[in-house]
Amino acid sequence: MAELLQFLVSGVTVGAIYAAVALGFTLIYNATGVVNFAQGEFVVIGGLTAAALIGAGVPPLLAAPLAVLAGLVMGLLLYRLAIRPAGQAPLVSLIIITIGASIFLRGAMQMVFDKQIHRYDGFSGEAPIGFLGATILPQSLWIIGGSLVVFAFLAWFMGHTRAGRGIRATASNRLAAALVGINTKAAMNLSFALSAAIGALAGVLATPVTFTSYDVGVLVALKGFSATMLGGVGSAQGALAGGLLIGLIEALTAGYLSSDYKDAAAFVVILAVLFLRPQGLFGARMTERV
Amino acid sequence: MTLGPGTRTFLVFAALVVLGALVFPSSFFYRVGTLVWINTLAVTGMVVLLGYVGLVSLGHAGFFAIGAYATALLPQYGVPSGLAMLAGAAGAALLAALIGRPILRLSGYYLAIATLGLGMLIWMVLSKEAWLTGGPDGMTVTGFSARSLLKSVGITLKTAEAWYWLCGAAATLGAVLAVNLGQSSAGRALRAIHDSDVAAASLGVDVARAKSAAFVISAVYAAVAGALLALANGYITPDAGGFMHSVELVTMAVLGGAASVYGALVGALILTALPQVLTVFAEYEHMVLGAIMVGTMIAMRRGLVPALAGLLARRRAARHAGRLARRVS
Repeated sequence: MAELLQFLVSGVTVGAIYAAVALGFTLIYNATGVVNFAQGEFVVIGGLTAAALIGAGVPPLLAAPLAVLAGLVMGLLLYRLAIRPAGQAPLVSLIIITIGASIFLRGAMQMVFDKQIHRYDGFSGEAPIGFLGATILPQSLWIIGGSLVVFAFLAWFMGHTRAGRGIRATASNRLAAALVGINTKAAMNLSFALSAAIGALAGVLATPVTFTSYDVGVLVALKGFSATMLGGVGSAQGALAGGLLIGLIEALTAGYLSSDYKDAAAFVVILAVLFLRPQGLFGARMTERV
Repeated sequence: MTLGPGTRTFLVFAALVVLGALVFPSSFFYRVGTLVWINTLAVTGMVVLLGYVGLVSLGHAGFFAIGAYATALLPQYGVPSGLAMLAGAAGAALLAALIGRPILRLSGYYLAIATLGLGMLIWMVLSKEAWLTGGPDGMTVTGFSARSLLKSVGITLKTAEAWYWLCGAAATLGAVLAVNLGQSSAGRALRAIHDSDVAAASLGVDVARAKSAAFVISAVYAAVAGALLALANGYITPDAGGFMHSVELVTMAVLGGAASVYGALVGALILTALPQVLTVFAEYEHMVLGAIMVGTMIAMRRGLVPALAGLLARRRAARHAGRLARRVS
């Protein structure tokens, strides 16, 4: 029982990270119709920047927001330099552009930082907390709490602010939104900036537990995708639920089946969802599967 | 006399293979040349899938690896390597056919992600099942030597040269087959799907079957290329089936221009030769590769070959117009 509980705890911890990545996807996809294959790189930028700053003696409470800011700037640059110039490019081109951007960023991070695996101490120390026979790292609470805060913030932002409503209007119909005076360009900039910041924050929170290095972005992005698809593309609740489910499936696979194939669990889930229920668990039946 | 596109492709490719052999000063160049032809072969498969039908696969290195590992593994159980190569191609074809139907109902992003997942699964099995594949360290490949193969038909060459000719011949054959396919009625059906699934279906094309066929064909191209690489290198690692290799194959296709086999050749040539020529490339490899992908898609969406061909055609048209204008005035 304690064993199962332990797996569940670690599943929810990594699941919260995938949920944050999935929320980032959802945000960009909703506003621009682009599936951003570079989403995982934001997580890595957050983690590596924080590691470098903390390593240089900057206190974690200052390093964390700076790392999130670095992610945010990268998100804006990605949109300005790669996505916007492409204009109304066909889907195939957009896929290749965002993958190209992700590989470029991976190379850049290898140059700016290094090829080592990085981590730093958790924000509230390293002493595990006992919990019904299982143990939980204080950093896990930061991760889970952070994801919930991000989710709540997004829900409030999208529902109750002018900018958030602008993003939603842009998402549902870009032309109509522009016609009623919404600055759709700003909305798209904002959605890239926000989703990069969320990704970077996930990286900052997760690195003490999951470690990070320049090349883990693809794997993180893929699990974020799996979560998005499992939950239903375009749905924020779906992203949250999908992320937690993928995390749990992964942790249980590692615990009971094979730790070698824990990463495979996400792909099997992706393939199964695509075959059986392409709209995902929470997604409405789509009229168009692009 | 006008030449058919298949014949023209044969002449162009054969001339380039011969030209390479004439100018190469050392066996190092033959090695690089061999890699270029192997990549050209694999990318020709991408041309069929991406260029003809318009489907992106981000897992094609998985099929490449199936061909490579079949050629590496089966000879250990007494299967001759020629047969092992065929088995690898058949295995890749079978997997592509089995997974093709359900996967290819998806399009765009969904297809890209599904193929990515498939490629990752293959890569994962290859790196985790160390008892069979040697794990991440890879395994040595023993098989027929190209040199003794050519000797049996009376041609004596150094090993590197023998592989160059063999892979050059394979790439030429692959290109001619792909061009002929493109010109056939089946090929026209594939191109019709590129523009619109619905329009193609209304013209009587069995869209699902045609997509599945293109997927299988491109998988076979990748598997044969993988088998050739395994034999030519005598060594294979799971990276041959990794995500980065899949991305490289797609990049080669879009850089040269995915619509034609000449694009495959140009893309494979640039991205294979560049790292060999520029020693600093290794450090910046990812950045350069990424920048090429983004830049190509923004500046010349159809790739180098069509962009240059368009430029030449425009210049010729302008010159022609100028001549006409002078004649009129």
